[in-house]
Amino acid sequence: MNEGASAIDLVLSADPVLVEIVRLSLLVSLSAVAMAALIGVPFGALLALTRFPGREAVIVVLNALMGLPPVVVGLLVYLLLSRSGPLGELGLLFTPEAMVIAQTILVAPILAALARQTIEDLWLEYRDEFAALNIAPAQRIATLIWEGRFSLVTALLAGFGRAAAEVGAIIIVGGNIEGFTRTMTTAIALETSKGDLALATGLGIVLIGIVVIVNALAWTTRRAGERFAGI
Amino acid sequence: MRAPDSDLPIVFDGVTVKAGAVTILDGISLRFEPGAPTVLIGPNGAGKTTLLRAAMGLFPPAAGRITWGGRDQVPPTRRAFVFQRPAMLRRSASGNVRYALASAGVARADRAVRARDLLERVGLAGLADRPARRLSGGEQQRLAIARALARNPTVLFLDEPTASLDPASTKTMEDLIAAITASGVKVVMTTHDLAEARRLAGEVVLLHRGRVLEAGPADSFFTAPKTDEARRFTAGELLV
Repeated sequence: MNEGASAIDLVLSADPVLVEIVRLSLLVSLSAVAMAALIGVPFGALLALTRFPGREAVIVVLNALMGLPPVVVGLLVYLLLSRSGPLGELGLLFTPEAMVIAQTILVAPILAALARQTIEDLWLEYRDEFAALNIAPAQRIATLIWEGRFSLVTALLAGFGRAAAEVGAIIIVGGNIEGFTRTMTTAIALETSKGDLALATGLGIVLIGIVVIVNALAWTTRRAGERFAGI
Repeated sequence: MRAPDSDLPIVFDGVTVKAGAVTILDGISLRFEPGAPTVLIGPNGAGKTTLLRAAMGLFPPAAGRITWGGRDQVPPTRRAFVFQRPAMLRRSASGNVRYALASAGVARADRAVRARDLLERVGLAGLADRPARRLSGGEQQRLAIARALARNPTVLFLDEPTASLDPASTKTMEDLIAAITASGVKVVMTTHDLAEARRLAGEVVLLHRGRVLEAGPADSFFTAPKTDEARRFTAGELLV
């Protein structure tokens, strides 16, 4: 009870430690989603619009990668970035950049798989019209992405939800260093084991609030899509 | 604005189209000339839609030759096609027309005015800002025609433009087709409705199993069909 009250106090008083942790969490996860979108959406579009041997296998693997365990991604990135690893010289381990890389790897398959599905469905719907209207290939891809805008935004939000809520990958590659790589999820894990339940609960409240907002945005996007686009 | 050459006449010379091992069009020779609409009729699976698509240039024939205004391989800039189930973009009615105008190379500044004119022409001026996919079937069909006319075509292909429309929408559509023809655009269309063919056609092509059974002016086709099959078909018998 006491912890609950002081947790709410921390949130309402915008405690500087808490605010800094939330700020870093959002920065890392939003950067990761942006990177993942730049990689995943074009890859998904390419996969939707090309035919090659082994394509179906690539789609199955991609769909499977949506459920990639965060700790395994963390381990993988750790091995890549550790001092003796292939990218060790960059000195990125235990930095926010390392956390962005790990979350990008987690989110990119989600965006690629959902973009592939969305764009392929739209392609089947519009390909005859594109041919009849004599639309150039680059313009076709731009049109498909725009026509899929509501679904793609929903996919981005799903990717952000996954990134913001995961702890396994960033605690390994970030190291949960106070004031540098400490995020909401890693702080909750640490503070709970240390017994500082007030900060952990306060961060939990903020995290749940963010998840609710993200889902509300996804819902609004879908409703807007139904109303304006009839999807 | 106006291209120097017309895509007409469209000439089919021994055109065969296959889908895998199945022959869909079998040695078709035909001419589409300027003038009143040419209406393709025939039972389901006769090859009407495939013939229309081939005339649009959507796929090359397996054998034979198609020419547009005497030329091969003419890109479909002066031809337009309205599919039986047109796919509307997820934008407003006006947005759909402006997209087609952009694809036809109309300058951005001119698109809004042109879109309004085109929507007026098909009787959708009042629905310009409505989401296209929220329109009724008949309205979407007319919007698809506005989109097609955005290309300023010399020939307009319509695949079953009145299928699944109620009588009032069918009347609106037939009036629109007549108006388009009056404006100098050649309409080539399919229908399974013989009465509609009678009302609209300048020329009739009767297809059956991928072949042309009979082709000619609508008057003589309906009053004095030359072939036994055409006689039976126009009398309402089933061709199987």
